[in-house]
Amino acid sequence: MGELAVEKHVEYILAVEKRKDSFESVVMDHLRLNGAYWGLTTLDLLGKLDTVNADEVISWIMKCQHESGGFAGNIGHDPHILYTVSAVQVLALFNKLDVLDIDKVATYITGLQNEDGSFSGDMWGEVDTRFSYIAICCLSILRRLDKINVEKAVNYIVSCKNLDGGFGCTPGGESHAGQIFCCVGALAITGSLHHVDKDLLGWWLCERQVKSGGLNGRPEKLPDVCYSWWVLSSLIMIDRVHWIDKGKLFKFILDCQDVENGGISDRPDDAVDVFHTYFGVAGLSLLEYPGLKAIDPAYALPVDVVNRIFFSADN
Amino acid sequence: MHGRPRKAPKPEDEAASAAKAAKLRSLQSQFFSFHHSKIYTKEAVELSAKLLEINPESYTAWNYRKLAVEHHLSQPESNPDSVKSILDDELRVVESALRQNFKSYGAWHHRKWILSKGHSSIDHELRLLDKFQKADSRNFHAWNYRRFVAELMNRSEQDELKYTEDMIYRNFSNYSAWHNRSVLLSNLLEKNAEGFLSKEKVLPEEYEFIHQAIFTDPDDQSGWFYHLWLLDQTVKDDSPLLVSSWPAHGSDLFLLGDRCHNGSAFSPFTTLHSDSGSFPVLLYFNQSVEGVSSSTVTVESGFNKNEDLVWKPLSASNSQTAQVWVAHLKFPTSEFHSSVEVSVGHSKGIISSKGFQYSYPSTFSFKVCVQPVNRDSSQASAAENISWREEDFKVHGRQSQESIPIVSFDQLSIRNDHEPTASSWRAEAIAKEIECFRELLSLMDCKIGKLTLARLLMAYDVMALPCANKLVHSEEVLELYNDLMKLDPSHYQYYKDEHSLVLLQQVTSSRESLLKHCFQYKDSVSSSICNPICLRLNNLSLSQMGAFEKLLWVQMLDLSQNELQSIEGLEAMQLLSCLSLRNNKLRSFTALEPLRKLKSLRVLDISYNEIGDHSIDTTRYLCSSPLSHSVGSEWNKDETVISDVALINYWEAFFIFKELSLKQLDIVGNAIADEKFKSILVKVLPTLKWLDGELLD
Repeated sequence: MGELAVEKHVEYILAVEKRKDSFESVVMDHLRLNGAYWGLTTLDLLGKLDTVNADEVISWIMKCQHESGGFAGNIGHDPHILYTVSAVQVLALFNKLDVLDIDKVATYITGLQNEDGSFSGDMWGEVDTRFSYIAICCLSILRRLDKINVEKAVNYIVSCKNLDGGFGCTPGGESHAGQIFCCVGALAITGSLHHVDKDLLGWWLCERQVKSGGLNGRPEKLPDVCYSWWVLSSLIMIDRVHWIDKGKLFKFILDCQDVENGGISDRPDDAVDVFHTYFGVAGLSLLEYPGLKAIDPAYALPVDVVNRIFFSADN
Repeated sequence: MHGRPRKAPKPEDEAASAAKAAKLRSLQSQFFSFHHSKIYTKEAVELSAKLLEINPESYTAWNYRKLAVEHHLSQPESNPDSVKSILDDELRVVESALRQNFKSYGAWHHRKWILSKGHSSIDHELRLLDKFQKADSRNFHAWNYRRFVAELMNRSEQDELKYTEDMIYRNFSNYSAWHNRSVLLSNLLEKNAEGFLSKEKVLPEEYEFIHQAIFTDPDDQSGWFYHLWLLDQTVKDDSPLLVSSWPAHGSDLFLLGDRCHNGSAFSPFTTLHSDSGSFPVLLYFNQSVEGVSSSTVTVESGFNKNEDLVWKPLSASNSQTAQVWVAHLKFPTSEFHSSVEVSVGHSKGIISSKGFQYSYPSTFSFKVCVQPVNRDSSQASAAENISWREEDFKVHGRQSQESIPIVSFDQLSIRNDHEPTASSWRAEAIAKEIECFRELLSLMDCKIGKLTLARLLMAYDVMALPCANKLVHSEEVLELYNDLMKLDPSHYQYYKDEHSLVLLQQVTSSRESLLKHCFQYKDSVSSSICNPICLRLNNLSLSQMGAFEKLLWVQMLDLSQNELQSIEGLEAMQLLSCLSLRNNKLRSFTALEPLRKLKSLRVLDISYNEIGDHSIDTTRYLCSSPLSHSVGSEWNKDETVISDVALINYWEAFFIFKELSLKQLDIVGNAIADEKFKSILVKVLPTLKWLDGELLD
């Protein structure tokens, strides 16, 4: 089994930022703020956040904010909760939440809660439990969770629980590991994990590990490095992560590295991208890879950042 | 980049990519100028379509098109024909975007948004979906959209159930279809729809159906979870049940002060020392319930008014539901005898978390005998150190069994007034499944066959328990889990945990097997521990703790030399005063959360565990703390006895220990337990007398 090519991955992430002329980078243009979160969190986990100019990043982020308080994925695009969470998370990484008008951001998010407790992603009304997680995670980081109806929000998430113990996008939607992370994460942050049937969900989740050691997101699907995050973090939050073979997953993630040019891909020998690089490194952090910072399974930020928010003197 | 091979780009590819990028970038900048100036001309709207055709994920372009639709619909000259033509255009753009990217959230939502306007043909949607779903039968966007369309057109759940059947017959390996079937079927059963009046009729047919999938390819997971759901539906009565209580029905409870009389003649199983002047009454249900209160549970005693009793759920602090509930009864300090009767569920209000009423009202009673306290002699031995050495324990002898009126075992579990109606179809269905899976295993050695058989056999034994009172299959089940650990080593620890639970069920299944684990701590003359029965479940290679419903009476518990990394459920053991978890695999203080509910706990040994060894805390969110906004986790800075720096590093220890009144703690052999930590610990635990065997000042 190889080792984590830390230096190569750092170089790769810093280079992605600068490469703007390929077709892929233009197609991804609208979610650059997500990309910033993936790249910067990876750098922090690798202990290399200081290689970027924080002021530059922050000033660009603030240009993505709209009058409504929400953030767009990039300058010129419309605001959406998907990018608002990345803005908040990146500012938390840099310990710069104070540049925000916190009540304004909180007002944008609380305005997206619907009568049934669910959340829309933006003014156009798409409802999804991903948005419930984002709203709850963001408001908790901003210390404004009391601004929404938490009980209703929790009940909506519970109404998306399936008979296999997992969760879907909306009531009746099929269980999916990414969606399970969102719902379990939201329940964790609101102290509501008693709604999760841990043994049933734990069995479903641990059966995501396939022969190669990688994890898939649903039964009978191919493994993918991104599920190292979605499945592992969910298993950790319900204390069932010992039900998978960590050694084999270690190997699978490390096999997905491009050791020459840096970056991690979905499966061995596929093309790398910053999304999978983040999920690979975050997965290794959850597996306690030596030398990596620990990541918090619910807030998806380094543990020291989360502890600073919730346990430090000025809070 | 999902599923795209990694290769160095050729120069000509790079050039092509750059040209495409330039074209897209120019489209996008034109689009932004229209969008930001609110221009909705034909030309502008067409340009956004071009953009979406190349990049269906460009969410701002979908938003723009919605604005354009709203703009045109609000024009005074708009008429039904122009409306229809505008909306049809949108559906065409979505369709071509979906052909480009079938998983585009933005495209699917745009289609829903247009359909919700109510001017488009829904029949067309089903035909389109049919085509899409045949091309990719697992696409969850399409299935979600299908549920949306079915509801919009009031299509019956029976018809949709038929659709899942068709899809499954096309290919058994379709988890999405099995999932949708479970949703539809549980709705139909819940509504008592025609043809779905009883599980008794529906479930056997479903078993037949799922067998075809599992027998076709036992390694294909598509049917596994559906089968487990059917099993759960077969075994479980919807209505919650009371499974045990403390004190047990018919028992004689002796209440003493903090020092016992020499040569106590009382049963050590039902003698309790209480320095708080109260004792707990515990109700243990077979599932989580809410609504236990003095109006749904009546306690008649000569010394407490029922309406004064406060019932509390023993569960995570933000929850008002729990499997175990406790109330504390105050008792007088003078010598006193009384009998107590507890009636559960005679008036409605106890409800399962799935919404089913408790419907088997039951009553149990016990006697209470209070002995006056001898305060003086208790002072002398207050500082005694409890040791867990092997030589301090003696087998609970045979002769003492005769002299001590030990409560008969079947009184430890409660007898309901109304046994659940002997539903023979349930037992028959399980027996049939057992036969079926034995047959599968005779054909081939497969993990799902073994795992399902193990689950079926346990379910069968538990179902037959009231009559048989014995686990006839437990040896076979333990053997199956042993096989599974070898057959599927990746999930070794899952089988190991299940194995531990079965083992504990076996140990607690009869009086004889339980007594083998009951030991006497020292001799009662020299000890201040007056109820010297210690349940020793040490050295059993347990990785999980369970069978709590049978262990509510335990006051001294030795779980040392096991492989526990969690003590989930231990909060039910409300009488615990001494607990050893020495030499286990506990990874963090947050794993000790259940102890916060044990108000009688005085002696705790967590030495030689793994606390401080791990960077990732797997119980971080199962513990009440500010991270999870849990009730009771609020903390006042001015009151904290430790500094902020220490709090950031040791918040877990602070939150767990600040609520305990420990006299003795052993913590040596954990990476975290250095001198600095111990000095903080002493401040957080002012009641502590002994730390790692040393007497504190």
